[in-house]
Amino acid sequence: MIRWLLLLLGGALLGGIVHLATVIILPRTATRDAYARLEPIAPVNKVVPIPAATPDSATMPFMDPAFVLAVCRYDLSQGPLKLTVPVSLSYTSVSFYTRNDIAYYAINDRAAGRRVIELDLMTVEQHNQLPEEEDVTAADRLIVDSPTTTGIIAIRALAPEPGLMEKAKSAIAAAQCRPSTDTAKPAR
Amino acid sequence: MRLLLGTLFALIVAAAVGLGATYFALTRGAAFGALTIGTWTSFPKTGTTDADPYARASIARIGRLPTALGDGVSFTAQSDDKGKALDGRCDVVVSGVTPASRFWTITLYNPAGELVANTVDRHGFTSQEIVRRADGSFAIVVAPRASAGNWLPTGGVERYVLVLRLYDTAVGVSTKAGREVPMPAVTTRSCP
Repeated sequence: MIRWLLLLLGGALLGGIVHLATVIILPRTATRDAYARLEPIAPVNKVVPIPAATPDSATMPFMDPAFVLAVCRYDLSQGPLKLTVPVSLSYTSVSFYTRNDIAYYAINDRAAGRRVIELDLMTVEQHNQLPEEEDVTAADRLIVDSPTTTGIIAIRALAPEPGLMEKAKSAIAAAQCRPSTDTAKPAR
Repeated sequence: MRLLLGTLFALIVAAAVGLGATYFALTRGAAFGALTIGTWTSFPKTGTTDADPYARASIARIGRLPTALGDGVSFTAQSDDKGKALDGRCDVVVSGVTPASRFWTITLYNPAGELVANTVDRHGFTSQEIVRRADGSFAIVVAPRASAGNWLPTGGVERYVLVLRLYDTAVGVSTKAGREVPMPAVTTRSCP
């Protein structure tokens, strides 16, 4: 009797380890996470509009139907990226996600304080390699450090009423993310 | 023989306990740092790099992009204020005010996070289009049949969830439930 109780206890303890291990490993093995869903429709380092969610089809679950969404699936292995997003009439936000869909930075039109949200995205190593004086002179230049080499930038524009959907769409249609060529060899 | 049986028994218990707990935690959407106000629950940390392993696993399993904390905060309600699961065949009233934010949206999803088909193609409201009372409060009727005022159709589904997203708001990781964060009440008015 004691023997089986001990085995039960041992099994339960081992079960706790199994539980923690599966929870930690799961994000690395998930095949239907947001990044995997976007991979076939979003080419690398390019802003693509994501079709609005409908009851029949949605790129991802829990998308806000009041928003127009565009994503840039980025890869920084070839160098930093430059992102420009013209703000729409009501509310525009740019959120940055790691390869594992964890949000590490977000900015909205009001925080950016301009008509166009402009920033540079680079890895921590690339940021460290920037010439120091450039960091100082470009005080108004917004640099975002990505914890992973690949990830997702989500650009969202609110359509406060369904009738304003087209306007929001055209506002973020001009958004761009492209390799920044000037940061590698800064002009002296 | 006894050793083999015993080991087998312990391993089966381990697998059942471990995988069962993982399944339970992920389907219930468990994570640390929940902010619960009334029936509304939010996990502000899920939208940051401080997201705990449970939040990370749940994000990967569901396949969504969480609302980043610098963008906004999203609250989910699965039941009314009395704890009764939200039923698409009932008339449910969402009324009151929301915490201060530049914009907010409320959206109805099925438990899998898909929009629910309905005849008028309405899946939610934004703070701009909602009809308010003179004091600024609002009431949304979530019901299968058309209703006056702010009607959010349920399409008659059995279960649904409501997601209230506050954009550009001060509500966040350090927010405590209280008077500064008034969330709308969710009441089941009548059921067939």
